[in-house]
Amino acid sequence: MAIVNLASMGQGEEGRVVRIEGGLGLRRRLEVLGVREGAKIEKVSGHFMRGPITARVGNTEVAIGWGMAKRVTVEVL
Amino acid sequence: MKILLMGNPNVGKSVIFSRLTGAHVIASNYPGTTVEFTKGHMRLRRERIEVIDVPGTYTLKPTSKAEEVAVEMLREAKENSNIVINIVDATNLERNLNLTLQLLKEGIKVIVCLNLWDETKHTGIEIDVKKLEEILGVPVVPTCAISGEGIAELIDRLPEAKANTYEYDEEERWTEIGGIIEETQRVTHRHHTFLDRLGDASIRPATGIPIALVVLAATFSIIRFIGESLIAYIFEPIFEGLWKPLMVKFSTILGSGGFIHDILIGKLFFFNTESEEFIKGVVVTGKMVAGNMVMVKTATDGVVPARVTIDFVQSMGLFTTGLFVPLAMVLPYIFAFYLMLSFLEDSGYLPRLGVLVDNFMHRLGLHGLSIIPMMLGLGCNVPGALATRVLETKRERFIAATLMAIAIPCMAQIAMVFGLVGKFGVRGLAPVFGTLFVVWVLLGIVMDRLLPGESPEIFTEIPPYRIPYFKALSKKLWMRTYGFLREAVPYVLLGVFIVNVFYSLHVIEFIGRLFSPIVRGVLGLPNEAVAALIIGFLRKDIAIGMLSPLGLTMKQLIVASVVLTMYFPCVATFAVLVRELGVKDMLKATLIMIVSALLVGGALNLIMR
Repeated sequence: MAIVNLASMGQGEEGRVVRIEGGLGLRRRLEVLGVREGAKIEKVSGHFMRGPITARVGNTEVAIGWGMAKRVTVEVL
Repeated sequence: MKILLMGNPNVGKSVIFSRLTGAHVIASNYPGTTVEFTKGHMRLRRERIEVIDVPGTYTLKPTSKAEEVAVEMLREAKENSNIVINIVDATNLERNLNLTLQLLKEGIKVIVCLNLWDETKHTGIEIDVKKLEEILGVPVVPTCAISGEGIAELIDRLPEAKANTYEYDEEERWTEIGGIIEETQRVTHRHHTFLDRLGDASIRPATGIPIALVVLAATFSIIRFIGESLIAYIFEPIFEGLWKPLMVKFSTILGSGGFIHDILIGKLFFFNTESEEFIKGVVVTGKMVAGNMVMVKTATDGVVPARVTIDFVQSMGLFTTGLFVPLAMVLPYIFAFYLMLSFLEDSGYLPRLGVLVDNFMHRLGLHGLSIIPMMLGLGCNVPGALATRVLETKRERFIAATLMAIAIPCMAQIAMVFGLVGKFGVRGLAPVFGTLFVVWVLLGIVMDRLLPGESPEIFTEIPPYRIPYFKALSKKLWMRTYGFLREAVPYVLLGVFIVNVFYSLHVIEFIGRLFSPIVRGVLGLPNEAVAALIIGFLRKDIAIGMLSPLGLTMKQLIVASVVLTMYFPCVATFAVLVRELGVKDMLKATLIMIVSALLVGGALNLIMR
């Protein structure tokens, strides 16, 4: 089981969010979309040149910037 | 009593809104003092009740301006005995309950509507509605707004909506929600559908970029096809075949001249029936011979028989140009554009496009989602400017609004460009739209460099693809088309009126001489072109009628098209922007507009031959 961040995670890989490194603001914004510690997450796509990352959490698909995605630590399952 | 529809974005609020307010009720796009939300009316036990479609929000702790508006509206609603219909996406119960709990905590009367109920079936979700109702202590009604299922029950149970302070520890909210989910929802494994796979394909760069190119190319070809067909088969025949003979008759009744005639009908044109061409330099018109035939004395050929006619573009009367321009030149494209845009919006494609262009938009100081206000701006800058609210920071809203006002031509401006240089084909059109695109990019880069701060990252939910619901789509289309008519027609008429007054008072000549150094010197246009620039403050589309008689060269028409599009949006957009950005920022934006318009116009004048 590898620990990676959401930005470096491979396309199509699934995992579980272990940690969100960031202030309350970031955590709050991510949590309303379902991205919070313990949530199952599947990376759908990444874009070249540090482009946005899209991931599926529960029944929701979210798109977040590369910088934010880097702060989401995921344990790949 | 009022009813507020609240819920996360994309849970089907507008479809429920459409269902509640019904087809026989006029729902209007209501630009309020602080925000554009949608208002309509429904009947409940013979009472007429206002229904308000509040912008979607994930939380009552707002992170964007649109969410602030939602929270503000809730605060206002609390004062009266208003009801909130909390619309919940049944396929995303956990995330949606977050807002539900916050609403309950506010102590307002709530009824929960579990929408997208039908989708739970093929996503393998089972929800115990009774149990959920017990736990929340307010009515819970499953609905499928698209088919109308459950709406009757929702209306029936509206009076049962109640305030119920659901006690929970704020710190433990997600644990609390987890508990509710545990008790009420069971999920079995789901299979990926075709739409899911298409969703993934259109957001991965390798497949997504080609898909985007195809979608955009197809969209614009369809808009053009529909617009052109509407003009060729409906609007041209009506105006040329029915309205023109009527107006020619009306012209005779008014005495073929005079102030009233010139304001209502405008300039008459004389068609020499012998040489089959329009007569230039009419000196004296004689008596009507028969029908609309008249003997005219010309400067060159002496007395010749001629047919009196009207030119809908150049006559400049209220009943001629004033109606023809908005109805027959712009409206068909507005309709076609909003049809396609509504389709793209309802299908869920736009956020995916936003993700694909995110990287590029960051160069302009924006993020991917700003493609949505830009696309809206292509229809009309007013809703486009309002849509900049989805952007998080003031800096982004300023950049987006300024870029849109300068370099995104609205349908009226596009119609103007086509009217002026369309006859030259790609040779005329490409320089205009190419220049605007380059300006859009360069100005964005410059503003991103110069303005303090940086652009925030994209942060959005990507909705699943859905098949657009015809009734909601057509209602939206109607509202937008009607909105255009309501906004545009009065301004065009006012513009045409002012043009006439100006010409009769010789104001144009005076201002023309005043601005000659700029108009003639920098832009290389004749003094009279200043009239189009002045009226352009009101509306751009009238400018076609004002520039056409000047006999400009292709180069001059290209410069005029670019400058007219760039130097100022239009008075309606300006008013909205002042409201959105504040007076100070708008002055800044206006300065950027005028300076860049003159720079670009002057440069084009120098470069082109």
